[in-house]
Parts: sequence; C-alpha cells; structure tokens
Amino acid sequence: MSKFIMNRRSLLRAGAAAGVTLAAPMHFMRGAYAADMSCNMPTGSTVTLGFNVPQTGPYADEGADEMKALQLAAKHLNGEGDGGMLATFSSKALKGNGILGKKVNYVTGDTQTKSDAARDSAKRMIEKEGAVMITGGSSSGVAVAVQSLCQDMGVIFMAGLTHSNDTTGKDKRRYGFRHFFNAYQSGEALAPVLQQEYGSDRRAYHLTADYTWGWTQEESIKNATEGLGWETVQAVKTPVGAGDFSQYITPVLNSGADVLILNHYGGDMVNSLTQAVQFGLKDKQVNGKNFEIVVPLFSRLMAQGAGSAAENILGSANWNWSLDDAGSQAFVKSFGAEYGFPPSQAAHTCYVQALLYADAVERAGTFFAPAVIKALEGFEFDGMGNGPTLYRAADHQCMKDVLVVRGNPDPQSEFDLLKVVKVVPRTDVDYDPAIFGGELGPDTAKTC
Amino acid sequence: MDAIIIQFLNGLDKGAAYSLIALGLTLVFGTLGVVNFAHGALFMLGAFCAVTFNALLTWPVQPPKVEGALFAPRPVPYMEYAFGDLGVAIINWSVPLSILLAIPVMLIIGLTMERGLIRFFYKRPHADQILVTFGLAIVLQEIIKKIYGANPIPQAAPDAFAGTANIAAWFGMADAFIVYPWWRLIYFLFAFLIIGAVFAFLQFTTYGMVVRAGMRDRETVGLLGINIEKRFTVVFGIAAVVAGIAGVMYTPILPPNYHMGMDFLVLSFVVVVVGGMGSLPGAVVAGFTLGILQSFASMNEIKAIIPGIDQVIIYLVAVIILLTMPRGLMGRSGVMEE
Repeated sequence: MSKFIMNRRSLLRAGAAAGVTLAAPMHFMRGAYAADMSCNMPTGSTVTLGFNVPQTGPYADEGADEMKALQLAAKHLNGEGDGGMLATFSSKALKGNGILGKKVNYVTGDTQTKSDAARDSAKRMIEKEGAVMITGGSSSGVAVAVQSLCQDMGVIFMAGLTHSNDTTGKDKRRYGFRHFFNAYQSGEALAPVLQQEYGSDRRAYHLTADYTWGWTQEESIKNATEGLGWETVQAVKTPVGAGDFSQYITPVLNSGADVLILNHYGGDMVNSLTQAVQFGLKDKQVNGKNFEIVVPLFSRLMAQGAGSAAENILGSANWNWSLDDAGSQAFVKSFGAEYGFPPSQAAHTCYVQALLYADAVERAGTFFAPAVIKALEGFEFDGMGNGPTLYRAADHQCMKDVLVVRGNPDPQSEFDLLKVVKVVPRTDVDYDPAIFGGELGPDTAKTC
Repeated sequence: MDAIIIQFLNGLDKGAAYSLIALGLTLVFGTLGVVNFAHGALFMLGAFCAVTFNALLTWPVQPPKVEGALFAPRPVPYMEYAFGDLGVAIINWSVPLSILLAIPVMLIIGLTMERGLIRFFYKRPHADQILVTFGLAIVLQEIIKKIYGANPIPQAAPDAFAGTANIAAWFGMADAFIVYPWWRLIYFLFAFLIIGAVFAFLQFTTYGMVVRAGMRDRETVGLLGINIEKRFTVVFGIAAVVAGIAGVMYTPILPPNYHMGMDFLVLSFVVVVVGGMGSLPGAVVAGFTLGILQSFASMNEIKAIIPGIDQVIIYLVAVIILLTMPRGLMGRSGVMEE
C-alpha cells in the first residue's frame, strides 16, 4: 500500500494546477469574471428594465403612450404578440426568448416631467428594484438629469423623447444613448422647406420655452433660418407652463415680423399656437406676405390638442405613424391591435430604444454595461422606421432621416393630423459632434 | 402707441379672468371663513362641462348605408343628423350654450362639497382647510384625467366670434393696427356682467343683504333668528357656479386640460391677498391691476430695461403692497389677524 505524502512543493503545484483548471472555462465565458460585474446584472431567470415616464403632469398623455410602447416591447422581447419590429429589424440577434434567455420584467417610475422626481424614481428603480437599464421620459431637462444619474450609477440610459442639443452635446454621457433627433437636425431639415415655401426674405419672431430644450432649439432654428437670409426680429423667452401667452403674442402684431416661430412643446405649444391663431396671425399680411407660424418640433398629440389651429403649420418630427416602410407598418399594426389607436413618435422612440438595448446585450453576450455600450457605439441598423441608422460612437446620437410635416387641413380620421411633406435624408442632417462640446466620460463599470 | 393699446386691452382681459376666479375665492372666504384651494378645480370642472356638452352634441351617429354604395358614409354628429342645419348651428354655439349645463352641475358640486366635506373644517385652523381643499383639488384633477386624458381638448368659439375685431377702425384710426380677438372681448364683457350680477345680488337683494350682514357679524345675524349657515351654503354654491361658468367661457381661449385650475389658483390667491382677504371690491380691483401690470411688463421695451420682470411683476407688486398695506388694498381689520 503506497503512502500519500504531501510536501510543500507538491501542494503548491497542485494548487496552481487546480487554479488553472477551474479558471480555464471562465476565460471563454464573458461576464464570468468578478471584474465583469456592473450594476444590477441579472443572476436569475429574469431581467428587470426600468420604465421612467411622465405618468402625471403636463406630458402624462405622452407618458402613457410611452409606457404602452415599452410594455409592448417587453411582450415582443418575451416572444408574445406578433413580434412587431423584431421581424423587420436588420439585426437578427433577438429571438423572442427574452434577453439572453432571461424573461423581461419591468418596473415603472413617474418622472412628473420634473428633474428631481425623475432622478428619484430612476434611483429607486436601480437601487431597490434592480433595474439594469432605464428608459423613457418626455423632456430634455429630465433626460439630462437622469442621464447624469445613470452615468454615476453605472446603468445604461436609453433616452425617450428629448430634443435638446445638450442631451448628446455638452451634457452627453457614456452611459446615455438617444434615438430621437435633436434641435440642430430640426433646423437643418426645416430650412430648405421653409425657403421653398416662404422664400428667403423673411423676418422671424421667436417665442421660446425658457429651459435647456427651448434655448438650444431657438439657437439652432435661428442659425438655420439666418443662413437662408431671414432676419431675426426678436427672440423672447416665455415661462414654461405659462398657460395664457397672450401678453407675449400681442407684441408680435406690431413687430414687423412676418413669421412666428414657436419653440414650445406639449401643452405650451398647444396654448401658444391656439392663441396666436386667435390673434389673427394666420390671416395677417405683413411686408406684402402672408404671416406664417412655424412649430419646429411637432407631434400628433400636439396637433390634436391645438385642433384647427394646427392646420397647415410646418414643423419637423422624428417619426409618424403614416410612414409606409415595413418597420413602421409592423409597429403601427402591433400597437394598433393592442391599444386601438396608432402610436405617437414618443411611443416609437421608446419602443425602438428598448429593442436596441436588448439587441446590444444579445450581441455583446452579456449584461455587463461597458460591453453593451461598446455594442451600441457605432452600431448600424435598419428596419426600425427611420431608414438606415447609425448610433454614432462619438456622441451616442442616432443619425437617421428626419421628417418635415404639416398640420393636415383635411384629416381622414381623428389620428390623421400630420402630413409628411418631406423625408430629409440622414446625410442632410449630419454634423460634426464636436460642435456641441461635452465629454462622454469613462465607461467604468460600477456595482450597486 | 398701437402696442400700448393692445397691451392695455390684454391686461383688461387677463384682469377679467383673475377677478372672476378671485371673486369666488373671496366670496367663500368672506362668508364661510374657508381658504378654498379647490376653487381652481371648480374652474377646471366648469371647463369640462363645456367639453362634455360638446361631446354630447357631437356624439357620432352612423347614417344608413345608401343602396348601391360601396361603403357606409362617415359618422356624423348626432345633432347634425337629427336636426340638420339647426343642429350644426347648435354645435357651433356649444360653448356658450354649455353654461346651461354648467349652472346646475356646478351648483350641485358646490353644495355637495360644502355639505359633504368643507363644513367639517369651519372651526379648524386655516392650515387644515388648505390641506383638505388642496387634497380635494388633486382628487378632482385625477378623476378628470382618468376620464378625459391629459391632453388638452380644444373648444371652438362660435363662428360669429371667431377672428379678430379691428379696434382701430372703430375709433377711426386709419393708420393704426389694433386688433383683438372677438372671443376675448366677449369674455371681458361676460366677466363684467358676472361681477356686476354678483355685486347686485349682494347689494340689492334682501338675501344678499343678510349674507353681507352675516359676513360682518355672523353671531348677531344668528341671534335674529336667521339661519345664516344655510345662506352661506348657498353662497358657496354660487361661488362654484361663478368659477364654473368662468371656466366654460375660457375654453376657446385655453384648450381645457385637467390641471388648468392649478395654473390659475396661485395667481388668484395673490389677487385675493393683494385685494384684501374677504374684500369683494378689493379682489376685482387687484385682479384688473395685476392683469394690466403683467401685460405691460411683458412688453419687450420694458424687459429690455429689467430682464425677466414679466415673470415676477405680480409677486413683486404683492410684496410691495403687503409691506405698505398689510391688509391689502381694501382689506378689513380683524380678518386673518387672530
């Protein structure tokens, strides 16, 4: 009978061999290292996403639409329903079996369209409810605030409706991604149409919502229209939620301006546009020309709120349910069958963002946030309703076609409120990301 | 000069809206001693009476399919289907006509609010009253949001009052450009009428005289064998009706949404405080003064001198008045001074 003798050298040898044996499979499995851990990476059979949308406050209708779209995305990711855009999405990584085989669950928060409330609800979803990604929202102020929080906590933020240049400009963050277009692109898309419709000799008066989105939109539209030869007569800041804008509209009457540009959104736009029309601006003649009103960021829900005042008003949009490409049609069909009405552009952008995140995780093969960020950066895709699209690595802004729309004077249904005048190609709204400054910051993984 | 006249008209119009809401607030405070933060919600409920009335008139009816036609015709509003041109005219006038619905509805809501909730807070501190009425306002808002959604629902003024009035032409000012929306002029006249009617009711009727006496000295009126509580309940109902019909007539100016009452509430409270708590003439004078000042402060020439003055002018004036006249413009001694 041999005797088993363990000396110090053989113990070290055995230990090293055991270590190599145990570690070898891990080398080929992403996310298996302790270092490859980021905040709220799922360990069980489910993954939790955080849907942070305005459920109360002035954008609650838009928020309700976003929530519906995100719930639909979760269904499609889990293989329920007709799959929507999964069938038309150029990437085929998503199989309808959840994300990396884990069933998609979600938790919800109410942004109230207030930065503090939105940060609180996002923080709660991350810290207490295990959300691995946050998406949704209907305001640039909120998007910038939540994006910054997500950067600090190491959780990816797939922004909802946010149009300020700052979101992917001076306030951009490595953990934040925006699918929606921005104010600069609105200006670039609208300018040629404005020139064609209203000429190069115009005098514009701006009424601007007094916060980050309004400021950047005013700047972008001013630059674009002045580039056409238009003169800016006056640019006036108005308080958000003013309700009655009459005291800001009356000075327009005798200003010599022949175009009013409303850098307002949501309820403010509905009110300012309705009241501008009441003051006869649409029927007015100035400098021998018809007075015109322009709403650079337009949406179906706003046109619905403004009623007949929105007829023939020009603006730009990220997407419209009437588009006839396969991706848009699939989404409209799916959403319509589920809820009985067509989706808004806010719903569309949130739905697409949820799918893009899930797809990036599948392609990365892990929920490890830095790897997902890498998968999203520079990602080219199609079939999501906006033509060939690039998630630009330099600023996390989606580069895609932009729509110029007009309030429909002859709607065929209660939803047929915007007519697409022109699909402006992506190349025409491209720009150097350096013009808006900002730093993406590090992609350091964080645990929470 | 044209710009100044237009801003003055605008100030009168704003003042009319502020005064109308502040009047109801003051009436309730002066009679019942209650600080009613749900008053803005009553304004909003009135606006939604107009929305409901319009929805009833335009209820879609499917006309029968014409023989041989491929598709059924588009649904038409019930009134148009049933009454033809008369129906179309009624729909066109739906905003002013919805006052007929708003008066009984708002009276019932007002009386129910007072009897069902507010009377239990008469002897409680003002802080309790503010909390409970503010809570009630939020509940009412959320109910309306649940039923009608959060998106504004536009209401059109009758065609006869659409567009703008050429004020310059009225006064033979051929070179001037002074126009003002017809409906806003109508609203101004309407506000004047309602304010006048409330004052006349309180001044020239026996009922109003008793109410005024009760406002001055509730106990003495009670000792004369008059049930002053009952009359005050009716006054609360009247205040609700005033707020409601003010909301109805405001719908063509501001497409109604569930939080429109809150937007007006804070301003109206400032108006009441500046006018003097419990003073009806004070509320009206302060409403018009602040409306006109706010309007002029929004002129670009003024803002070039003091940037941002348009957003603070009302509060600035309120601070100055309260520093120099602690009871407000026409406040009585003893009110909220215990």
